[in-house]
Amino acid sequence: MNPEEAAAKSNPIEQFELHRLWPFEINGVETSFTNASLFMLLAALGVVALMILATSKKAIVPGRVQAMAEMLYEFVAGMVRQTAGTEGMKFFPFVFTLFAFILIANLIGLVPYTYSVTSQIVVTFAFAIVVISLVVVYGLYRHGFGFLNLFVPHGVPLPVLVVLVPIEIISFLSRPVSLSVRLFANILAGHITLAVFGGFVVMLLGAGAWAALAPVPILAIVALYALELLVACLQAFVFSVLTCVYLNDAIHPGH
Amino acid sequence: MSMAIISSAFAAEGEQTTHETVGAGEAHHEGAFPPFQTENFAPQIFWLVVIFGLLYVLMSRIALPRVGGIIENRGAKIASDLGAAREMQSKAQAAAAANDENLRRRRDEAQGIGREAQHKIAAETAKQRELAESQAAEKIRAADERIASAKTQALANVEQIAVDAAASIVEKLTGARIDQAALAKHATSSN
Repeated sequence: MNPEEAAAKSNPIEQFELHRLWPFEINGVETSFTNASLFMLLAALGVVALMILATSKKAIVPGRVQAMAEMLYEFVAGMVRQTAGTEGMKFFPFVFTLFAFILIANLIGLVPYTYSVTSQIVVTFAFAIVVISLVVVYGLYRHGFGFLNLFVPHGVPLPVLVVLVPIEIISFLSRPVSLSVRLFANILAGHITLAVFGGFVVMLLGAGAWAALAPVPILAIVALYALELLVACLQAFVFSVLTCVYLNDAIHPGH
Repeated sequence: MSMAIISSAFAAEGEQTTHETVGAGEAHHEGAFPPFQTENFAPQIFWLVVIFGLLYVLMSRIALPRVGGIIENRGAKIASDLGAAREMQSKAQAAAAANDENLRRRRDEAQGIGREAQHKIAAETAKQRELAESQAAEKIRAADERIASAKTQALANVEQIAVDAAASIVEKLTGARIDQAALAKHATSSN
């Protein structure tokens, strides 16, 4: 490997590039099947394998994978019930799909040479928009204009409300942004960090005697990788918990 | 920390782009950070909608009802098994109590039978002993009588023998015959 190639390999941004594997468009809109689409598909297939193939026996005494599927089910069901109440359970399939997809996509993204679907702001923003639209549409459908009570906290004197209502509105409007940027930035930063430290290893190896220090960034990568595993799970969890919290606002807008 | 890393990443990217403008052949969009390249948005959203939509349908139609059903079935099975076990236990307890009661009754019965048998045997024994004793007493009495008669007879014989001996002695010595009757009378009187 010549130095130029090594430098190209160590480019930490390259991993986020989209490669059109099957270029095509529909009505002038580009809908190419890219590496991102491929890993979306793999994440979805992973979820299907876990939730459908592993549960096909419907065993009373579950095997390992079925037990995992059940754990995931009960975990998300418990989360939805706790944060959005029993009524929130009507959104359980949506929250579950969201959580499972993001979780598996994040975990797949941690395998070297794969692609992190959630490191793309457009993907996380699309999720956030779906969540917020769901909240707004369900809130208005369920409570009509009563949904706007969401912006008017109970038991607050009128002069304070004048200040508080705009703040509430701004905080509501910033929700899709914070929701999507949190996931995107965490995954992006983690992957860049891993790649940067990987680049250090390559640089040190190519720097004569300094190669003796090459194991140091490798140790850092091991530690970071553990952290990234935590972040992958945690961010999937945070995204879905916040989804539940927002849905809870739609179900019970009166605070 | 992550901010510093991102900025260093951007710096690295800057290097990369300059490097590419010099040599690399691939068509890159200069200066654009891949997640922010707008021409990448449409294909990702399209496939995200398709794949996530399909996944949602599969989850809500197949996977979640199935897993929910499995968990519910297990709960029902455990509950019914526990109920059955509880029922069996109470049955077993009732059977044990009935058994104990039965055992107690039988034991009483057996003790009654034993006592009765003992009484009967004791009575029988007493009767037998009484009978044996009376028979023995009878025999003793008969034997006593026999002994007494034998004794008197023997004593009588002794007198006769003495009289005979005396008569024969006298005869030998004197040669005279002695009237035995008188001798006997004398013997008895001399006694």
